[in-house]
Amino acid sequence: MPVFDRKDKSRYATFTRRTLLMTGAMGSVLAVLAGRLYQLQILEGEEFATRAEDNRVSERLIAPLRGRIVDRFGVELATNRKNYRVLLVPEQAAEGVDAALDTISRLIVLGEHDRERIKHDVAMNKKFVAVTVAENMSWEEFARVNLHLPYLSGMQPDVGETRSYPFGDEMSHILGYVSSVSEADKARDSDPLLDLPGFRIGKEGIEKAFDAEVRGTAGASRVEVNAYGRVIRELGFRPGIPGDDVWLTVDQQVQHYASECLGQESAACAVMDVANGDVLALVSTPGFDPNLFNVGISRTQWDALNDNDHKPMLNKVLQGAYPPGSTFKPAMAMAAMDNGLENLEVVCTGSLTLGNHEFHCWKKGGHGRLDLKGGIQHSCDVFFYTVAMHLGIDRMHDAAIKLGMGQPTGIELPHENGGFIPSAEWKMRKYHVPWQQGETLNTGIGQGYVLATPLQLCTVAARIASGNAVTPRITRVVGREAQQRPVLKRLDFSDKAFTTVQQGMGMVVNDPGGTAYAYRIAEPGYEMAGKTGTAQVRVITQAERESGVKKDTQLPWKLRDHGLFIAFAPVQAPRYACCVVVEHGALGHPQVQMARDILLFTQQRDPVKMQAAYPLNAAALDTNSGGANG
Amino acid sequence: MSSRPYAAQRRALSVSEKLLEINWGLVLLIAVIATLGFAMLYSVAGGHFQPWALPQMIRFVVGLILLVAIAMVDLRVWMAAAYPLYGVALVLLFGVEIAGKMGLGAQRWIELGPLQLQPSELMKIALVLALARYLHGQSVEEVSRPLRLLIPLGMIAVPVVLVLLEPNLGTATILALDGTSLLFLAGLSWWWIAPTFAAVVGAVPLAWQHMHDYQKARVLTFLNPSSDALGAGWNISQAEIAIGSGGFAGKGFGQGTQSQLDFLPEKHTDFIYTSIGEEFGFIGSAGLLLLFALVIGFGIRIAMASRSQFGRLVAMGLTLNFFFYIMINAAMVMGLMPVVGIPMPLISYGGTAMLTVMVGFGLLMSVHVHRQVEIPRHSAGLM
Repeated sequence: MPVFDRKDKSRYATFTRRTLLMTGAMGSVLAVLAGRLYQLQILEGEEFATRAEDNRVSERLIAPLRGRIVDRFGVELATNRKNYRVLLVPEQAAEGVDAALDTISRLIVLGEHDRERIKHDVAMNKKFVAVTVAENMSWEEFARVNLHLPYLSGMQPDVGETRSYPFGDEMSHILGYVSSVSEADKARDSDPLLDLPGFRIGKEGIEKAFDAEVRGTAGASRVEVNAYGRVIRELGFRPGIPGDDVWLTVDQQVQHYASECLGQESAACAVMDVANGDVLALVSTPGFDPNLFNVGISRTQWDALNDNDHKPMLNKVLQGAYPPGSTFKPAMAMAAMDNGLENLEVVCTGSLTLGNHEFHCWKKGGHGRLDLKGGIQHSCDVFFYTVAMHLGIDRMHDAAIKLGMGQPTGIELPHENGGFIPSAEWKMRKYHVPWQQGETLNTGIGQGYVLATPLQLCTVAARIASGNAVTPRITRVVGREAQQRPVLKRLDFSDKAFTTVQQGMGMVVNDPGGTAYAYRIAEPGYEMAGKTGTAQVRVITQAERESGVKKDTQLPWKLRDHGLFIAFAPVQAPRYACCVVVEHGALGHPQVQMARDILLFTQQRDPVKMQAAYPLNAAALDTNSGGANG
Repeated sequence: MSSRPYAAQRRALSVSEKLLEINWGLVLLIAVIATLGFAMLYSVAGGHFQPWALPQMIRFVVGLILLVAIAMVDLRVWMAAAYPLYGVALVLLFGVEIAGKMGLGAQRWIELGPLQLQPSELMKIALVLALARYLHGQSVEEVSRPLRLLIPLGMIAVPVVLVLLEPNLGTATILALDGTSLLFLAGLSWWWIAPTFAAVVGAVPLAWQHMHDYQKARVLTFLNPSSDALGAGWNISQAEIAIGSGGFAGKGFGQGTQSQLDFLPEKHTDFIYTSIGEEFGFIGSAGLLLLFALVIGFGIRIAMASRSQFGRLVAMGLTLNFFFYIMINAAMVMGLMPVVGIPMPLISYGGTAMLTVMVGFGLLMSVHVHRQVEIPRHSAGLM
């Protein structure tokens, strides 16, 4: 029996005591840990479950199909086409990104610039994110890539949708174009679609004006992602809602014909249905290819568009404001008829003297005695100086405004210029000097401060031809909704005013001696009425007048006068109004020739098709929307 | 003295008797916990035994054999081996420190053929053994004598400083806690304990200044996880989300989205406890704590039943070591402590940790098997 160390006894007692203490401490710590588990899992469990779900589930937006833009017969003007692309998933490229690019560059053209962009994209993204190598490939290129796919590790062929404008520059100023989203766009619009890589929004024309309608609603794919954003599987899918189709009033055939007529000139043309304001054609030449902006325009192409003195990017029909010149005279004649001047007769001697200033008629030697119709027929300046003197600027202003000038027409296209009609009150406000009577005379022949867009001039022609307050409209149906049209109001002029001015304009074209007699439409029943006009681009000095005015042909293109023409047809029962403006092209009246051809073509379009296509009420919508979904 | 029948017989036990003496209940408990670990490793690998569960199982079996073998060895042999073991561990610690200084960067292990030996892990066992041996020779009064106290303090301080220099804050903390706990259990006077405790609290600002930037960042992030929600704080947030989202019953085995989708950092090692919380909920995670508590209970009982001071201190020291692992790991993943690299014993994937824990249990079992062995206060074991 060993002596059990007494000191060991006391050690054992101490040890036991302190072990119990430590046991208590350990128990407390474990209790705290269990308490924390209780807090996290029982008390806050639901909240953490939500956060775990948020971690796990990610919504990926899917771009909806952009709505089509079609002409009044359903011809597709803006549509979606297949975009053949090749994507590269860096982590799947067995021999690295460089090797993969080397291999594929034997099949498709890959510039140094493209390579840099691709490598930049690869560096910016996680290695499982697909990067676009090439897009908008031809079918041949795409087929070639697909054929060699087994040797192209990491490459993925892909078919997307992209905007396509089959008629190119012919429709460019109506349709506008789509292009990539800018920061400013994002600031204006909170649609999450704008953040989608490669998303396009409308930047001009109908594409811009109806962007919200044709854009559609984003679809979404709910996917499970891991901590690095890699998609593990799809949990659910909600398809997007395609954008609405937009049915235009435009007739692609008329538009095409008018474009051909305008040719290479820097010119503008509008053709309108006088009954309801439907715009059948709206051409500004030269145009641009809207497809360039979607695919990505190069620096050179962009500079070429902007440096061109024919201004292809400008929609001259509604953004170009010109002095209307003599095309203003029918409006002045309307004012005269309405202000007791219907029996006015003027003897033109070639000039009219006001104070110590002489106002010249375009015809040296004068026209002799003329009534109002004759004044229009011969476009006599002295006659309209006299009219202007009688009316005074304010009544002229009011008549021009009533006929649709001096304010935007309200057509559904962006950036419309309102033109300008001066008034005494305006001049006082602007320049703090009183209105001069000489300025009234100048205004009477459409010079001076007066500015009008070709679309406004077309509206004036349509209003004179119909007697109604028609306004140009370019959309008929958006989605399934007919576009609201203002109720047509009779214009506040006497019926006699309309018939007289219509007759005067008829004489311009159809009576020998009329300024456009050489360009009349000979086919019976299609005859047109019109009014020529010339807008001076530079001021003719007194010295020039004395030494003999230079012919336009002797001047550089930029200084030549603009040629204008407004018209309607048929003269007996007006149906279409037209305005053509050729910049720096007054000589030889190319604009009159163009307007004649365009109006004749418009009237001669297949009448069977016309009947089906020109219903003026909403009953036509059923067939339209049926087509829109097809 | 009928309460001490074996001692009365004063004869050594045969091997078969010793095998019967092993506390198989504790072994079973350890196996159950380890099995839960295998299941989690299988789950976080996406339902595969590779690359973690299978190697872990093999290590566990090796560890189990080691446990039984160590338990067979007489406690006095371990007592005799205590100082040499401590010496070896210390040399190895210096070794990695010098290797680190020679420009190899922070290194925590030594390559031994296919094995990676972490001297700091070895030191946890060696320190407990060596301190227990030293304190075995000290009476309660002697423990608190200043000059005599210097030796155990030095034995603790040297490895703690070396491990801190590695740098490995977590293991250094555990070493310090192990050592001081043993001094406390050996009867260190409260007159020492109270002022020291006060001094430690006072030294916190000083320690802060000497911390590595990444250590400071960990502490700061811990204090305010949302300050760095996508950086270092992200780990803590994601760990809390994983545990919390498990709710009461968990998302089900293999269904933990946080771990399956890689939102959890180190999901198979230091953060595996969060996966348990996520897939088995409160039942699983609190249940595991309960199992651990049972193991600790076994350890305390073994310590109390030992008739030698060495045995008692070894048993309690190893039990506490085990407890500190659990405490630091669980508190860390639950956002109660800064993130330090401490695995969850028996659960986390890792060879050295698994073997160290099993060796620890082997020694604990040796104390249990040899609980009747009395060792004179001035004996140096069998040697």
